[in-house]
Formats: sequence, structure tokens, C-alpha cells
Amino acid sequence: MSTIAPSKEQLLAEFESKIAAEMKIEPRDWMPDEYRQHLVRQISQHAHSEVIGMQPEGNWITRAPSLRSKKILLAKIQDEGGHGLYLYSAAETLGISREQFIQWLHVGKAKYSSVFNYPALNWADIGAIGWLVDGAAITNQVSLQRTSYGPYSRAMVKICKEESFHQRQGYEIMWKMMEGTKDQQQMAQDALNRWWWPALMMFGPHDNESANTSNAMKWKIKRESNDQLREKFINKTIPQAELIGLKVPDANLQLLDDETYKHGDIDWNEFWEVVKGNGPCNQQRLEHHKRAHDNGAWVRETAYVAGLNQK
Amino acid sequence: MEASESQGQLWEVFIQSKPGQAFKHVGSVHAYDKDLAVENARDIYTRRGEGTGLWVVPGKEIVAVTINEAEYFFEPIDEKIYRHPTFYDLPEGVKQM
Repeated sequence: MSTIAPSKEQLLAEFESKIAAEMKIEPRDWMPDEYRQHLVRQISQHAHSEVIGMQPEGNWITRAPSLRSKKILLAKIQDEGGHGLYLYSAAETLGISREQFIQWLHVGKAKYSSVFNYPALNWADIGAIGWLVDGAAITNQVSLQRTSYGPYSRAMVKICKEESFHQRQGYEIMWKMMEGTKDQQQMAQDALNRWWWPALMMFGPHDNESANTSNAMKWKIKRESNDQLREKFINKTIPQAELIGLKVPDANLQLLDDETYKHGDIDWNEFWEVVKGNGPCNQQRLEHHKRAHDNGAWVRETAYVAGLNQK
Repeated sequence: MEASESQGQLWEVFIQSKPGQAFKHVGSVHAYDKDLAVENARDIYTRRGEGTGLWVVPGKEIVAVTINEAEYFFEPIDEKIYRHPTFYDLPEGVKQM
């Protein structure tokens, strides 16, 4: 069998025809450098978000108002840790070590979702996070089940299945509060007021201002644009708020003829400030992660030596 | 001569039936080396286009937990029903959740 190495043009044409035919790209397949780089950035950012996202909720485990809610919160946070691990594994198939991903996070080269730089001030925030932050994440992740990269797609399928309870437990907290005293109702409304806009910002900049969107859409890493996903989230979430007597904090919200909503302007200055590191908790989140990682160094070292001794 | 010496070692076979799907275990083959193992696996398990991808793994490298150990190995999921969405109360009329 004589083989001539295919040219880069041939490889690219083959790659793009696979994408056009809705075939998944697998780790050993040839892929353009930009495709690989985009995946490395997006999947590791997604993994870091799952892990950093454990912090605002972890803050409330010891203060959950009942044993039932404590067990649920523990189970949810445990899921987030697991989801981070699925995603790191998917990202590692691209040839970069987990150690490297963590290092990039610690030096600020890799980001995580900015929404986790806001504090969870009281128990109603746990409701708002589950309902809105997980709700927004699920909207994005349902779409990403159809991403073109096989390992990422399979991780998304498993994550979506497991997260189906996350949003419900958050909404249940909000609903119970809205059925409670005036103070409880106010707490729920206050939490919605504080989390609504950060949740909308989770989908990223508008399509015409998003640097990362075009190649990602062309190569089907992303299947729907930031604005499409944001609109989907808004259209399903506003009726959920109204059903339990909550009001979305948007004075310019319009209900259009086709029963969809047009939201008021998002404060993009706030968004970019938080991305740049000036949100309420950026420093705290990263420092906590570094501290936990450093404190765990002896476990990694011990496991490594134990592994050597087994050989 | 032991049976394994006349047939090579045992390899477990995993097939990806469609692009993008997870690899699933389908059975095993005997072979002396990696190349023969994938060829044997192809000939035995993919005669009708069952596969778009195939893995063979030396059987002795697989660390297994079997049904006999399941009861104490896996978490008693009956006690953690709150991991399922059906556990939660929702107000009547709520949609897309």
C-alpha cells in the first residue's frame, strides 16, 4: 500500500465536509489549529466555571434552613464538581494536561463565567442561582449537545441529564418563598433583582460584538449564537417568574406580538469590568481556588509516590 | 499448552456505532498483538457496518466491578432521590423546566 501524505488543503476540505455532514470530530482526527484552540479555550473555561461555581453555593451548605435543603444543596454542588471533571477530561483529549489548565486559570490566562464573581448574600440567592444561573447554563448546554467535537458533545449530554434537577430545586425555593410571608417574598424578589442581569450576561456579548462567535458557528462548535440563546432563556423564564408573582427587574421590557420578549439594554460596562477582574468577588474566588489547590498538593504527591511503589 | 498460549490473549472490543456516540462494549476476541486484535474484532463484530470506530483493550488491563459487588460498591441511590428532577414540587402551569 503506497500512501502520499495529504496536503493541508485536502485535510481541511475533508474536515469541513465532515462538519457539513453533521459528523462529530474525534480526538485523533485532523483538525485546524484554530478549531483546536477554540475548543481548548471554550471547554476549559466551561470546566473552570463548573468548579468555581461551587463557591457561591458552598457558602450556604452550613446555613441551609433544613436538612432536606442541605442534602439537596450538597448533591447539587457535588454534581458541579463532577461536571467540571467531565469537562476537564474532554479538554484533555486535545492534548493539554489538567495541570496546565489549572495553571492558566491561576495566572488569569483562562477565564470562568463572570456570574460566579457575584456573592450569594442570603438563602433566596440559592434559589435564584439554581433557577436563573443554572437555567441559563442549561439553555446553553442543551444547544451544545450538538457541538461538532465528540468528547464535548458526549459530556454535554450527560451534564444536561444530571442538571435537570438543579433548576427545579432553585425554582422550588423561590416558589416556597413567594408562598410565604411578606419578608420572604421580598427576599425572593430582591434575589431576582440582583441575579437577573448577571444571568443575561452569561450568554456573552451581542452577536455583532462577539469576537469568538464566527469561527465557532462556522465549525459548529457553537450551534446557536449568544443572542439567540439569551432570547430563548428570557422567553421561557419570564412566564416562570410571573407564575409565582415575581417581577423581572427590567423597566424597558416589551412583550411583542409573537409572545416573545424584547429586553432593555444590558449594562455592558458592568460586564466588562467583571470580566477584567473588578467584580465583587473575583479576587476571593481565585484566591480560594489557589489555596484549595495548594492545600491539596500533599494528596497529589502522596498518590504519585504510592503509584510509583505499585509498579 | 494452555489455551491462552494457542490463541493469544483476550481483548475486549468496543464499537462506536455512529460518529459522535460513545463506544460500547460488544464482546471480545483472541489475538497475539494489537494489529491482529483490531482485524479480528472488525471481522467478528462489524460485518454489517455496525461500526464507525473501534477500540480493543487487553482484557487483563480492565479493572472491573461486577454485579456481585454492586450492593456495597455503588451508592444506595434510593436514599438520594433528590438527585432526580421528579423529587421537586412545581406550581401548576409552569413550562419548560
